[in-house]
Amino acid sequence: MANPNLLVVNRISKSFNLGPARESVLDQCSFTLEEGRLTVLIGPSGCGKSTLVNVLAGYEGVDAGEVRMLGEPVRGPGSDRLVVFQESALFQWMTTYQNIIYGPTVMRKRPRDEIHADAMRLLEKIGLTEFKDKYPGQLSGGMQRRAELARAMIANPKIMMLDEPFRGLDAMTRDLMQEYFLRLYEERRQTVLFVTSEIDEAIFLADRVLIMSNRPGHIKHIIEIDLPRPRTADIFTSQAYLKYKQEALEVLHAEAVKAFSAGSKAAADFLAGYAAQEENASKQ
Amino acid sequence: MAAVAMKLRKTIFSATVVRGVVSIVSLLVLWEVGSRLHFLFLASVPAPSEVLSSLDKIIRNGKFWNDWLASYWRVAEGFIAAQIIGVPLGLAMAMNRNFYNFVFSPLEVLRPIPPLAWVPTAIIFWPTTELSIAFVIFLGAFFTVVLNVLGGARNIDERMLRAAASFGSRKSDIFWKIILPSTLPSIFTGMAVGMGITWEVVVAAEMIAGKSGLGYLTWASYVGGNYPQIIVGMISIGIAGYLSSALIRFIGKKATPWQRQQ
Repeated sequence: MANPNLLVVNRISKSFNLGPARESVLDQCSFTLEEGRLTVLIGPSGCGKSTLVNVLAGYEGVDAGEVRMLGEPVRGPGSDRLVVFQESALFQWMTTYQNIIYGPTVMRKRPRDEIHADAMRLLEKIGLTEFKDKYPGQLSGGMQRRAELARAMIANPKIMMLDEPFRGLDAMTRDLMQEYFLRLYEERRQTVLFVTSEIDEAIFLADRVLIMSNRPGHIKHIIEIDLPRPRTADIFTSQAYLKYKQEALEVLHAEAVKAFSAGSKAAADFLAGYAAQEENASKQ
Repeated sequence: MAAVAMKLRKTIFSATVVRGVVSIVSLLVLWEVGSRLHFLFLASVPAPSEVLSSLDKIIRNGKFWNDWLASYWRVAEGFIAAQIIGVPLGLAMAMNRNFYNFVFSPLEVLRPIPPLAWVPTAIIFWPTTELSIAFVIFLGAFFTVVLNVLGGARNIDERMLRAAASFGSRKSDIFWKIILPSTLPSIFTGMAVGMGITWEVVVAAEMIAGKSGLGYLTWASYVGGNYPQIIVGMISIGIAGYLSSALIRFIGKKATPWQRQQ
């Protein structure tokens, strides 16, 4: 029976010191992660998505509220919550193979030959068997991402978190990585939290989309994505998809406008004037 | 076979190499001519031809190679001592905040003093001349090593440390598998710079207080009026230093295979 409350985030707030001022990054942010489902977190740039991931992973603490996994409070990093970051965090001085076996080796729970067999199997799955003795510096962006996915997957974390992992890849590679990742997910049905700022990517991958507000961040809106799996590229033109996209766009646009005008009075005035003009036009 | 010969020919006879050779030869010719014609300050400088004949004589004299050995021995002693003490010290400072605070202040106070300024104190302090020279040499490389190790260890990407932490790495794992390997490039940079400083200090210390070695040879040649031998001494020091640095670079490349340029 899948646990609907595998991870519970309860009203967490967090602020940073920015010079003399105190900047609130997360404010009363709450949500839950269901076991075995792919939850996507999307929001405007700078809304605190990465901070949220750091908190869930245990790299940072919160000022208020709590995070609980299977009922136990999250106090620090652990192998039950692994993160794949936007920029490669592969160990540059280790080969692909050594990177992948790092987790289980250090956890010291499984025998060496079992780890080796697992690693070889994963290498085959991610298509990097010929590159197992190469260093990350010798791999392309897409290859590094795949290697990092394998490094996390071999440790079988209860929750996999990915923080904009495909950002910076060229469009073609990104599309392929999305499909590739989906195959992996649909095969293993791990609990995943996927952070992105691309709407198409979000809806394509997700069972559920959490839309985060502008800073200070909290969950503004939740969309359940009821599209059949396995997902294929033709869903991009389906009615349901377009409806979801419309819904997400409206919420995101409102938040983006706030973020945009927060940074510039002139932009805010311009947009206000434009909105007033539109209102007048619709009244006539 | 033909391909290797072709490649060799391209390297030896490439435009850059040819230009370099031509320019050096021209300077040597100018020097020779200027010396013979007693042109300005070149009047008292021995000509390359004199240097060459002196070189020939001195190579046949066994004592010359003793001086090489003596200098290399001092360099090796001081350099290795600086690494053995400096690298662990730097790493310990990077790993432990309290230790860092404890050691940092005295280090920062002593560091600005140039190693050679220590010579008189070292002579008073240490029982033998050799030990005092060794101490000054050690100091020269030591500070460079510690600084480079510290810099390297503290510049490790936070995300890598976090990833390691998530996997449940023990402190020993973090040290041996993450911190040490990622600091290796900085350690070797420190070694390369330290090696240069070590040679400078050795040569100077030998000139001031030594009785053997290439620096002593150079200085004694001056005192003894054997000017061509001074130039031989200088060139020897240059070559000796270059060989040591090349050795460090070679070992460094072998130890950090991931730094190969693509």
